[in-house]
Amino acid sequence: MNPFIKIIYINWPLQILILATALFGFLMLYSVSGGSWEPWTKPQINRFFVSFILIFVMSAISISFWQKISPFCYLLGLALLIAVYFYGDTGMGAKRWLDLRIIKLQPSEAFKISMVMALAYYYHKLPASKVSHPFYVLIPLLLIIIPALIVFRQPDLGTALVIIMIGIFVMFIAGVHFGYFLFGGLSFFTLLFILFQSRGKDWQLLKDYHFRRIDTFLDPSADPLGAGYHITQSKIALGSGGLFGRGYMQGSQSQLNFLPEKHTDFIFTTLAEEFGFFGTIGLLIIYSLIVAFCIFSALATTDKYSRLLITGLCMTFFTYFSINIAMVMGLLPVVGIPLPLVSYGGSSMIVIMLSFGLIQSAHVHKNIGF
Amino acid sequence: MSKFKDTTLKSKLVRRVHRRIVLAGLLKASTVALLGWNIRKLQIEDSEDYKLLADANRVNLRLIPPSRGLIFDRLGTPIALNEQNYKVVLIREQAGDPRKVLKRLASIIELDQKRQEKILQDMKKRSSFIPITVAENLTWKDFAHISVNLPSLPGIIPEVGLTRHYQEYESYAHIVGYVGPISDKDLDTEKPVDPVLQIPKFQIGKVGVEKKLEAHLRGRAGVSKVEVNASGRVMRELNRTQGKSGENIHLTIATNLQKFASERLKGMSASSVLIDIISGDILSLVSTPSYNPNNFVLGISQSDWNALLNDERKPLLNKATSGAYPPGSTFKMVVAAAALELGLIGLNDKIFCAGFYELGSRKFHCWLKGGHGKLTLQEAIQKSCDVYFYELARKVGVKRIGDMARQLGLGQAYNLPLTGLSRGFVPTKKWKKERFGTSWLVGDTLNVGIGQGFSLATPLQLAVMTARLASGKEVTPNIIKNSNKNTDNPKALLIKESTLVAIRKGMFDVLNEKDGTAFNFRTTDQNFLIAGKTGTSQVRRITREEREEGVIKNEDLPWKMRDHALFTCFAPFKNPKYALSVVVEHGGSGSKVAAPIARDIMLFQLYGGIPPVTAYPEKQQLEARNRLMDIEKKINSRSNINPNI
Repeated sequence: MNPFIKIIYINWPLQILILATALFGFLMLYSVSGGSWEPWTKPQINRFFVSFILIFVMSAISISFWQKISPFCYLLGLALLIAVYFYGDTGMGAKRWLDLRIIKLQPSEAFKISMVMALAYYYHKLPASKVSHPFYVLIPLLLIIIPALIVFRQPDLGTALVIIMIGIFVMFIAGVHFGYFLFGGLSFFTLLFILFQSRGKDWQLLKDYHFRRIDTFLDPSADPLGAGYHITQSKIALGSGGLFGRGYMQGSQSQLNFLPEKHTDFIFTTLAEEFGFFGTIGLLIIYSLIVAFCIFSALATTDKYSRLLITGLCMTFFTYFSINIAMVMGLLPVVGIPLPLVSYGGSSMIVIMLSFGLIQSAHVHKNIGF
Repeated sequence: MSKFKDTTLKSKLVRRVHRRIVLAGLLKASTVALLGWNIRKLQIEDSEDYKLLADANRVNLRLIPPSRGLIFDRLGTPIALNEQNYKVVLIREQAGDPRKVLKRLASIIELDQKRQEKILQDMKKRSSFIPITVAENLTWKDFAHISVNLPSLPGIIPEVGLTRHYQEYESYAHIVGYVGPISDKDLDTEKPVDPVLQIPKFQIGKVGVEKKLEAHLRGRAGVSKVEVNASGRVMRELNRTQGKSGENIHLTIATNLQKFASERLKGMSASSVLIDIISGDILSLVSTPSYNPNNFVLGISQSDWNALLNDERKPLLNKATSGAYPPGSTFKMVVAAAALELGLIGLNDKIFCAGFYELGSRKFHCWLKGGHGKLTLQEAIQKSCDVYFYELARKVGVKRIGDMARQLGLGQAYNLPLTGLSRGFVPTKKWKKERFGTSWLVGDTLNVGIGQGFSLATPLQLAVMTARLASGKEVTPNIIKNSNKNTDNPKALLIKESTLVAIRKGMFDVLNEKDGTAFNFRTTDQNFLIAGKTGTSQVRRITREEREEGVIKNEDLPWKMRDHALFTCFAPFKNPKYALSVVVEHGGSGSKVAAPIARDIMLFQLYGGIPPVTAYPEKQQLEARNRLMDIEKKINSRSNINPNI
């Protein structure tokens, strides 16, 4: 089929919702830079529209192609993770960035996509009878745990946990027996218990700052000017927004620099402060609609690869915004996870747009077959 | 079969995948609902609390200090002013290299290395946009120099603030007092705390009218609400509440008289009070030596403070209201008034003075060896006979003497806005019993009769007593113009006019009859005749041996041991207007030392300026001319002194 005609079959509501979310983002970036296109709004718009076109290009490419390259994507992703471990730029005590000259990439972000692709490929190829076989459960587990450990060693606990969560989620969707998850859940909590027991001992399993972050998460008011400052200020911004907000570019918390990372991870607080409850709930509804359209799309596809791919990538998107929002409200500890399509940042923007490219490709080809 | 089984397994798995996708979708939906619920709690339920917190974050209150009320004399001449204080501040972020800028500034104004280091240190402690005071109280010349050179002094900003300045350096120091930078101790005692006091180095009244009328003078601070960002930088002013300047205060003091009296008392440890006998307005209240209150405004140095504190003439003390002295013979009017009122003596009754009064085995001496002979009351006042008043005091008794003393204004503090007001003292039998555990003796009464012993009075009280005797009214002193509307018509004393006339006549004779104790210091202008009373209060006891060997002359004693010289008077005799008291500490005898001073001051007031020499007896005119010219010259030259001492 003519690739240009394929565009007609694209999931248009999803595409429009993505655009709407990005517009929200431009609006907020313009506001936090004090009413200026520089330094954040303009690059963000450029990046978005380049990757927005990329979605159309990717959706025109057959899903079978993406399926075929899935294992290689995984290997490439893993290679980049190892590369960043040895050659990455160090920033804020962690090696997370890989300078590829054209773009500064955060391989741990990109890896999420390639892992979802690989797992979908794996279960697509695996006969139904072997799905719950212990050996065939171990293989995807290793595919998840090994890269997660590398990311954890960067060290980036938050992303490592998200990788594990998404991986397990794909396995769950793929139909692995429920007992494994029950067992896994129990052992997870046991591990958590042991982790907390290790604090202060010579075999301490987490770095001190991890524990401190957990402490502030549990009681931000204990240290309002230290580590708890971010969460306290962020909650003040959220709460002071009220029902209708303080007005566009009128948020005192963000305009007067009380908010940390106001253009990246904490941009939701600016939105909440300036547009109030209607703004935050509006964005939450748009996000939910994106997720809903993805789920409908996943249910409508006929092959397992597409189904798992869409569900897994949709889950990636979901973890982004739900963790971010929970974090700024003080429901979760502060981990470096951006608000998808709204936060300023090239790496996460490209990763999210790539995943939508794949979702659209699966959507376009759901009735066409291979 | 196997293929069929595989197909059913596969379709079973497909259904399971479907189920799980839907299940996951529901989980996601509930997560979103949870997030939404939390947002609702933050943004709707608790919103008001967070709005307050946000405002607390962003809004800072900046106080605008009110300008302090001015203090004027009775004619509207300013005494305490707010002067422009030229200063320069440095803002680090605009300075580039602050060290270099300070060095350059040091070539324009005096700024030693130590001060430069201190400024640089202060700067490090504060945010880069906070202005740091580099130099204060600059002369206009220095200030102009800096302003011209501003282009080469980045970050330096010339500013003009307000600071207190006392126009009449020393003559008003004891009345007006001074302001000084607020101390931690002041903050502790101020309840409730006025927010304006939080301004560092805010000037508040420390002494005198400045302290007592602080509430009127201070005014109310304006508030500028400013928005600040997270690092404290002011972004914009949200609104401004104008403060209220302090009220201006008009004193009853006449500056020309005050300056004349100050100059006349210069060099002595003395005080004088001149009041209007009807209104009670204090026209002049002087205590010497004095001090320059301007030295206190920006904080006095420790060495200057110690010098003032250790001076045996006590420059910081307001002797006119805080100094309490045995009233000496000036107290004799009180005894006379009490006796006349009680009818214990007639105007023509005479008492014999042999030079001493015998009480049992003790002898109470008259100041005149050999005695005055037979005296009427009028003559006894004129000659200040001690024996006469021993006799009279004994007749009246200490209680009734005390009653009369209080009626004439002694032994009480007046409601004046001055610090350290002394009540003086009128002794009673009960007091002596409690204080010393011994009974009141007749000898004590005799001593009280001539103003020695336990009784004490301040120069202000003596002036009030004289004013009451001269007017027959219950005059109360006041130092703030229009402060008391009743003062124009005070109620009459409970003393018969005939009594007052007799005492006034006695006081007239003191100066105007040949044997009067202050006859030398009479005036010759018939319109401005003065009536008064001398007094000498002993500082030490004269022993019997000394009396027999011959009393040592005052001039031969060390300063601290000499007698206090007192004089109190009113004038003009025919139509009394003013009462005046003069006390010279350790000055010697009242007739020789205090009376001539009182005459000069009183004449100055009566003539409204330097009196003509014709007002003095012929023999004294040359001396008077020299003295008055000298004072006039000093007053005129002082007003031209550069205020920056």
